[in-house]
Order: sequence, then structure tokens, then C-alpha cells
Amino acid sequence: MITLKGVRKDYGGEVTIGPVDLELPKGGLTALVGPNGAGKSTLLTMMGRLLGLDEGTIEIAGYDVVETASKDLAKIVSILRQENHFVTRLTVRQLVAFGRFPYSKGRLTVADEEIISRAIDFLDLTDLEHRYLDQLSGGQRQRAYVAMVLSQDTEYVLLDEPLNNLDMRHSVQMMKHLRRAAEELDRTIVIVLHDINFAGHYADRICAVKDGSVVEYGTPERIMTDEVLTRVFETPVTVVDGPNGPLAVYY
Amino acid sequence: MTTVTSPPSRPRNKGRLFDWKLPVGIAVVGALLVLSLFTGVYDVFGAEDGGEMFAITRIPRTIALVLAGAAMAMSGLVMQLLTQNRFVEPTTTGTTEWAGLGLLTVMILVPGASITTRMFGAVLAAFIGTMVFFLFLRRVTLRSSLIVPIVGIMLGAVVSAVSTFIALQTDMLQNLGVWFAGSFTSVLRGQYELLWIVALVAIAVFVIADRFTVAGLGQEISTNVGLNYNRIILLGTTLIAIATGVVTVVVGNLPFLGLIVPNVVSMLRGDDLRSNLPWVCLLGIGIVTVCDLIGRTIIMPFEVPVSLILGVVGAAVFVLLLLRQRRRG
Repeated sequence: MITLKGVRKDYGGEVTIGPVDLELPKGGLTALVGPNGAGKSTLLTMMGRLLGLDEGTIEIAGYDVVETASKDLAKIVSILRQENHFVTRLTVRQLVAFGRFPYSKGRLTVADEEIISRAIDFLDLTDLEHRYLDQLSGGQRQRAYVAMVLSQDTEYVLLDEPLNNLDMRHSVQMMKHLRRAAEELDRTIVIVLHDINFAGHYADRICAVKDGSVVEYGTPERIMTDEVLTRVFETPVTVVDGPNGPLAVYY
Repeated sequence: MTTVTSPPSRPRNKGRLFDWKLPVGIAVVGALLVLSLFTGVYDVFGAEDGGEMFAITRIPRTIALVLAGAAMAMSGLVMQLLTQNRFVEPTTTGTTEWAGLGLLTVMILVPGASITTRMFGAVLAAFIGTMVFFLFLRRVTLRSSLIVPIVGIMLGAVVSAVSTFIALQTDMLQNLGVWFAGSFTSVLRGQYELLWIVALVAIAVFVIADRFTVAGLGQEISTNVGLNYNRIILLGTTLIAIATGVVTVVVGNLPFLGLIVPNVVSMLRGDDLRSNLPWVCLLGIGIVTVCDLIGRTIIMPFEVPVSLILGVVGAAVFVLLLLRQRRRG
């Protein structure tokens, strides 16, 4: 369970995040949605202890993310930001191997190698594992990053807009991989999504963030309504019945 | 998890280090070093005191080539990882200039200071200078890969100007010129032994290699896997400062070495730091030895400082790297 209590972050002057109180249960896939600048990524990065809080507490599986030693947290929660640009030339396998760093500190054991192989296979990167990252397409590279956080073998996985820059096919593939990770690997996945329809279809819970606060939180059925979406995104939204569930139409 | 079990023959992350190429590389560099031992005006075989001269000058000089070459190449590599920029190394970030300033300051404050005292001054100044540079980089969010070395070279020019001014005022300009022109000419028995310190630095880099690689992926990835990023930066800076400071005091400025070597190795082998380190050392030693041999023979019986040769070769490679980067976009 991820628990946020009175979480606040001040960006000097008008921009403030919070106070946010939120409880995300263990298991399943939770999507953070909302307009640009609402504070979704800020909340996620605070959960992943990449950004400090000004007030309040965040606990993941009972561990306070500020108080707990970073190297211990690395075995409980992993976070992937959207901008990943490396100057280092690594192969897919070398990158994924860094997910084992919290356990092996760089000296990989046979068990580590096994987990790395499984993470690579899980994201269909088996044939690409010895390719350099700069030789991959955007979608393949994104999968390699996700494989890295999966090989970290943490119960909680936080992903900041993993569909960014992916085309339709790769976006769908990525969401299917994440769903499988949630179901088969028993991970709790929190993900910032831009496209409300992806959230509506693949998430178990949707958390709508606006102006630094959580304004709606519930199942896709509850969030995917004209009234809620219009209010959250400040643009007219009509939800229609699609062949595979509700679809938000906003153009 | 999926039930796919990987075949036992599936290549792992290790095992690339010890292939046939490494012994070949070692043999080539070894041959260069032997050549270095027997290159020089003095006839070490014919003359009566040939054996002694050999021990006083040739052996120390060759050991110094090994230590300085490896140290500067590794410093460049570590610095590139910590700044996540392929174009930095101690001479393009002002570290060498700071070391020179430290050296000069000690010379003025403590006339007749021992080489150890001078080294402390150089290392301390190199550390401060490198920290200043890193802190500056953190403040500037726009990290265009070319702006970084430009800022570093500017910073170095300012520091070097300060050094020149102080040297002018204290009538030490000539000394300054000699120190900055990196040269192995004056490496003699009894004067180079401090260089062994950089061997310790090299061992430390080998031990911490994986952490440096993780730090090279950036602060967020490092924090995510539980690495204390700031501590690694501090540790890396310390190691770089020690290596650069010691080399500056004993040999002088060795421009571009830390830039060329890691880039060439990375181009050929990717960036698996642990298996690359031996190659970075070897190539660093190889290049500095070749340049020193050229410097020693080109106007025989006189010598050209190795920094001059390195500067010419390094500048050419630097331009090539820039062009290659542009092509890649």
C-alpha cells in the first residue's frame, strides 16, 4: 500500500502541490491522469523519493520514503522517469543488469543473471539483448528501461509516462506488458498516463489530479463519465460506448 | 514469471574481459615500453656506467609513462561518467590548471617546499576546482554536450591567467612554463616515486567501477537503485583530483589523453566499465608512450615535450569526435 498524508510541495509563489491525502492499495495498476502541470509527475517522483517533500509523509509498504535508507527502498520500490538519455553506450542486457544493483552491487550472481534474462524475455527483448541502446527504436528502448525496473524485482513500480513518444502499436504493447506484470508478477504499478482512454481500458484505478490536488479517485467506470472528465480536463468530453468499453471523445 | 528458461549457453554480462585481444594489447604496449627503455642518446650498453644510467633515467621514465598514462586516461573516463558528457577530461574542465595554480601557490608560500608538500597543494586545488566545475554544471540545467567543455576550457583559461599573473609578479614565469609543458625528460630516480600514488587511485577506480557506471546513468537512475549519488560524485572528484594533482606535479600537463582514450574504447567496445578499464589503461599507456617516443626522437639529440605531441594528436581526434557527434545528430 502507498499512503500519502498531507503531502505538500511548494514551488515558490503560486505553484503548490497538495496537500494530498491518498491511499493506493497493493496490487493492480493505478493510473494518474490530469491536465498538463497538474502535478502528476511531481507526486510520482515524490513517491519514488527522487524529489523531497515540503510537508507530510509518504509510506510505501509501511516504509517512510524520506526516513528509510535509499538502498533499502531500492528493493521495495522502483521508479522510471520519462526522460532517459544516456551518454554511456550500453547493451540492453547491461542496462537491465543495473536493475540488480540493489542486490548485487554490480557483482552479478547466477541468480541475478537468471532474473535479468527473465525480465528481458518478459518484454520480448530476447533477440535484442546484445544490441546497443542507441541502435534501438524508441519503443524498444522504452521496453528496455521497463525491463530494467522489472529486474529490480520491487513490489511497487512507478512509471512516469512510459507511453511518451510511442506509436499506437507500441503503446498498446507496453500497456499489455504492464498489465501482465501486475497480474503475473504480482506488482503494484502506478503510472502517469496522458491518454485517458488508455487509463480507462488498462487501469484498475484512476486517480485524477488537478491543480496539485487529487480531485477524483476510483474505478474506471466511475471516472469515465462526461461530467468527471469534462471537469478534470476543462474541455468538453463525451464518453461513448466503444466495442471494448467506454471511450472518451474530446475532439 | 514466464516459463521461458534460457539455454545454458546464453551469453552473460561477464566474460568479455578475457578474450584473445587483451593479451595482444598487453604485448603491443609491452613492446612499446621496451622500446622506450632503449631509446635515448646515452649508450646504455656501451658506456661504462650504462647500467646505472639505465636505472636512474630509463626505468623511472618508463614507469612514469605507465602510471601517468593510465591515471590520466582513467581520470578522463571517470569524469565523463560523472558529468554524463563525452567531452570532458581534466584538461578541458580546468582541473589541470587548478592543480598548476595550487602548485604555484605552494611554491610561493613555502619556498623550497618538498615535492610532497607541492603535491598536496596541487591535489587540494585540483579538488576545489573540479568541485566548482561540478557545482556549476548542476546549476546550469541546459546541458548541451558542447557547452560543458567550453565552460570548462573557459574556466581553465581564467585560472591559468591568474597563475600567469602571479608568476609574473613573483618572477616565476619560466618555472611555470616548464611545469605546464608536460614532459618526462626530468623524470629521474628519486623524483618520480610519488607517482605510485596514482596506482592506488587506479585500484580504487577498479573497485568502484560499477558505482561509477551507475552514476553515469544520472542522478535519478542512481537514486532509484539505491546509490548515494552525491557521495559517488565526491569520491570520484577526490580520485580525479589526486591523479591529476600528482601527475601535474611530477610530469606536467598531459592534454587530451583523458578525452581520446575513453572515447575510442567506448566506440569500439561499448561502455561496460569493468571490462573496459584494462583497455582504457592500456590505450592510455600506449598513446602516451608513442607520443613520448616521438618527442624523444623527432629532433634527436634534443627532446620535444610530450604535451606538444599529445596536443597535436589530441586536437585532431577531438575535432573528429565533434564531427562524428554532429553526424549522429
